[in-house]
Amino acid sequence: MQKLLRFLAPYKRELFLGPFFKLLEAIFELIVPVVMARIIDGGIARGDAAYVGRLSGLIVLLGACGLCFALTCQYLAAKCAFGYGTDLREALYRHIHTLSPAELDRLGSARLVSLLTNDVTASQSGVNMFIRLASRAPFLVVGAIVMSLIIDWQLSLIFLAVAPVIGWLLWFVMHRTIPMYGENQKRLDRIAARTEEDLDGVRVIRAFSRQKQETQDFADACADLEAAQLRVGRISAVLNPLTFMILNLGIVAVLWFGGIHVDTGRLSQGDLTAFTNYMTQILLAMVALANLIVILTRAQASSLRVAEVFEVTSSMQDGTAQPDPHSEEAVCFSHVSFSYPGAGDAALTDISFTLHRGGTLGIIGGTGSGKSTLAALITRAYDAGEGTVRVFGQDVRGLTLSALHRCIGTVPQKAVLMSGTVAENLRWADPDAPEEALHWAADIAQASEFIDSLPFGMQTRLVQGGRNLSGGQKQRLTIARALVGHPAMLVLDDSMSALDYATDAALRTALRAQCSGMTQVIISQRATSLMHADLILVLEDGRCVGQGTHDTLLRECAVYREIYESQMHQ
Amino acid sequence: MKGTVLRILRFSGPFTGYLILAVVSALIGVSLSLIVPILIGKAVDCAAARGGVDFRGLLLYVLVLSVCVLASTVLQWLQGLFINRLAFGTVRRLREALTAKLGTVPVSYIDGSARGDLMARIIPDIETVSDGLLQGFAQLFTGAVTILGTLVFMLSINVKITAVVVVMTPLSLLLASQLARRCHSAFEKQAALRGELGALTEELVGSQKLVREFAYEERSIGRFCEINARLGEAGRKATFLSSLSNPSTRFVNGLIYAAVGTFGALGTIGVLPWVGAMSVGQLASFLSYSNQYTKPFNEISGVMAELQNAVSCASRVFEVLDAPDEPDDSRCAAASECRGALSIEDVSFSYLPEKPLIRHFSMQVQPGQRIAIVGPTGCGKSTVINLLLRFYDVQEGRILLDGTDTREMTRDSLRSCFGMVLQETWIFTGTVAENIAYGCPDATREEIVRAAKSAHAHSFIGRLPQGYDTVISDASGLSQGQKQLLCIARIMLTDPPMLILDEATSSIDLRTEQRIQRDFEKLMQGRTSFIIAHRLSTIRTADRILVMKSGQIVEQGDHASLMAQGGFYASLYKSQFAG
Repeated sequence: MQKLLRFLAPYKRELFLGPFFKLLEAIFELIVPVVMARIIDGGIARGDAAYVGRLSGLIVLLGACGLCFALTCQYLAAKCAFGYGTDLREALYRHIHTLSPAELDRLGSARLVSLLTNDVTASQSGVNMFIRLASRAPFLVVGAIVMSLIIDWQLSLIFLAVAPVIGWLLWFVMHRTIPMYGENQKRLDRIAARTEEDLDGVRVIRAFSRQKQETQDFADACADLEAAQLRVGRISAVLNPLTFMILNLGIVAVLWFGGIHVDTGRLSQGDLTAFTNYMTQILLAMVALANLIVILTRAQASSLRVAEVFEVTSSMQDGTAQPDPHSEEAVCFSHVSFSYPGAGDAALTDISFTLHRGGTLGIIGGTGSGKSTLAALITRAYDAGEGTVRVFGQDVRGLTLSALHRCIGTVPQKAVLMSGTVAENLRWADPDAPEEALHWAADIAQASEFIDSLPFGMQTRLVQGGRNLSGGQKQRLTIARALVGHPAMLVLDDSMSALDYATDAALRTALRAQCSGMTQVIISQRATSLMHADLILVLEDGRCVGQGTHDTLLRECAVYREIYESQMHQ
Repeated sequence: MKGTVLRILRFSGPFTGYLILAVVSALIGVSLSLIVPILIGKAVDCAAARGGVDFRGLLLYVLVLSVCVLASTVLQWLQGLFINRLAFGTVRRLREALTAKLGTVPVSYIDGSARGDLMARIIPDIETVSDGLLQGFAQLFTGAVTILGTLVFMLSINVKITAVVVVMTPLSLLLASQLARRCHSAFEKQAALRGELGALTEELVGSQKLVREFAYEERSIGRFCEINARLGEAGRKATFLSSLSNPSTRFVNGLIYAAVGTFGALGTIGVLPWVGAMSVGQLASFLSYSNQYTKPFNEISGVMAELQNAVSCASRVFEVLDAPDEPDDSRCAAASECRGALSIEDVSFSYLPEKPLIRHFSMQVQPGQRIAIVGPTGCGKSTVINLLLRFYDVQEGRILLDGTDTREMTRDSLRSCFGMVLQETWIFTGTVAENIAYGCPDATREEIVRAAKSAHAHSFIGRLPQGYDTVISDASGLSQGQKQLLCIARIMLTDPPMLILDEATSSIDLRTEQRIQRDFEKLMQGRTSFIIAHRLSTIRTADRILVMKSGQIVEQGDHASLMAQGGFYASLYKSQFAG
């Protein structure tokens, strides 16, 4: 929570001046009844119409000044709150970009998106309301208590008794509701995640005609959320009526004991009226304060959630060395083992191999054998648990991440594209890539033909996720995207699965011809895709059961032989 | 704007009871609280001077006062509860309607809209509607009752000055409505930018690993900052505009207060004889009530801003609800006992009118036939599935299932004839068993395990921490191949009359695929099946192979005859083993 305060620092001026102007307005507002009393006492008593006119003018003037002060305060509040919110959102977004996949997996993108949108906004509204309301209410409370002490300290004991009760009430309600608001937000997040999932799976849901069931599940989740909201609502609904009751019972006490004091002559009737007025004033101020607290409670719950994410720091230290793409040794694993956080079995166990610059590494193995994990260690998505991973001749942990990533073109298993034009998507690795570079990459990836057939060619807009393209088209674009930066190394994580064999073969031929110096790491299910690799690793259950060239493996590795023959014998 | 409000109210229909109760409790609760100042005044009058305090009278008023306060407290509390029910219930129904809508819109609507924007409408927009309603209803009621109550008290004191007050009221309202209109457009702009930012965040935070691998961080941040700055600016403006209404109406109220004082004083002095004289005490209570009378106008204008915001969000929600549904098929017959004879007659289809895709496509399929569709990527293979399952409807021609146009049967019954495994796997958050049993939720554990075994998923499921009860999601670290095995297990369990396998095994290693193949063979026995695959080896045994290119069938026949033909298929097949 404290951590978020630093985002308010640049707006200190607004944060102090805002409430100050609000205070001025409150003071002016308090003067008005005094002037009115003069009109009644002086004007009417003396029958002086001119005097009445003058003082009426004064009231209008006071009102106009009050208006100006209030507008100034509102302006400062909006400026401060939105400045704060915008900065906070940006900082959070930046922070997310520093996290490594391990933390991102744990936090989940749905939660992060919700933090960036809903929670930052709630925190921002809290600041806004704080500036607008926080000075006025306490000022009125303190002012009233001071005045009552001066008039009759014994009666003011009633005030001093009532105030803690209200304080306790406020604390109680906050204490109970903050965690509940947090829980409700989590419920809402789950609904959001589920909705997103259903949008992704719209075809499967409809193929199984499960729309009604899905709708029912949502209805249940929404009903559950509603029930939880009502539970919090029941507690917070108590706050305003109870403060109203406590203060008015305080007034009852003031009237009764005040009556006794009047009878003994300690107190005048006018003072008694003043006393009840102050009590009402406190009531109004306290109710405003209570509402403010409800808003702040919510804002605080959201702020805590945001602060929590700021607490999460990357478990991965960025290195300082620059990778040397000309190093003779491109990738070298020595006795590398790795398990995913929280997983029982090791994903990779004792992997060792060396790949030379310009060479091609093929990785083959069954589903879940650890192929993608191995690739993830090369790009340093995760750090090896044991052993060392060396890329371009140096320990990856010593390399600057962004420089490392600039040297490696990655094609992920799942072809993900962004909304924007085809050209914008291809320029991911290199924003300044000239048009020719895009065409060069698209040619190699066998994507040129279909890009040309799009309505606006390279300038065709893709909707989010590239959902207006087929799976194979997306894969070819992701391959072209990785090639645009002319990376020293290309990592293809089973990225040709949606391509037909002819396209696959043409692509590999083009890669060999056009990118001869490029080190390639190719993960594939197809033995034919890998048979020309300089080094093939055969993985099974995270262990390397064979490595060597196609010919050696055919001779020596039973698993490889089985894979190869199963394919060739059809 | 008015239409949107009426529509929100329609969603509140079932909660009319709570609405009425809230109005009644507000009416009584606020009236009681308005009597409180009078009772206090009376009590003070009992304590007139030293030694002259009327303790019997004082006791009476103090007791009545206490009863009023307690009753008002209870009623205010009840009002809060009723309004919670009303607001949360209304919002729940709205959200239900919206999510139900996602089940009835055509697939093309979901394919064509930005995910983040759609999500923004379902979650934060509806939250804003909820906040607006909650604040709006509560304050609107109490405000209205306070105005009416004080009006009655003022009329009882001096009709003419009351008239002055009432005449000046429109000034306050006019100002508020002017501001509200401006706020509305400012809030709409803010909501639109929020949607834009949501879409970007969704996309880039969702692809954070990709952002990392492409060292795209700085540009990602740059794009975010640009929209974020515009949102900050728009938000600041909207909030400032909305916060103007409160002080402005307070100023107008000050004017009213001054007017009451002036007219009252001048009337009493006799300068304005038509006003009539008042006692000092009367003037004082009149002032106090005129103050109370104008206060709710402040609140109401504040609430109006809140409501404005809620209404612009609601209208975005209604936009989704207004999207056309898939044509109603409730009057269509359900597909009866499915034999699996399909006939595609002269079908044309394109996603974009300017880009024709499938043109005059015809095909006859006998029950139990195995049809393979091959062709280069993007030739329209997946579109055939979209049309068969009516995710999209044909634009020309027709598709007949067992002699009936598929458009004349219910979509659900048509789709239930097909078992489909797609290349793009879909795993939802839930246990492994729930995921497998998605197509038939009543399946027993034995049946689920049997299906998983046929899909060769049993062994890897066994290695998961809680086996079949492990909660998984799309992001939970299963490989693409493992997800595909689960999707295959789903089909193994449902036992559909027809099968569609669209690259169903593309991410599964060959050894596992070979083993699944045997079970697929068993499954396909006697069922009409469509197989789309790049591995031509997996489709060699098909009864008929359709070779597609650019939306057209260029060759068809069985493997042997196509190879003998030496055409496009033969060259595709050979390239597979060329390495």
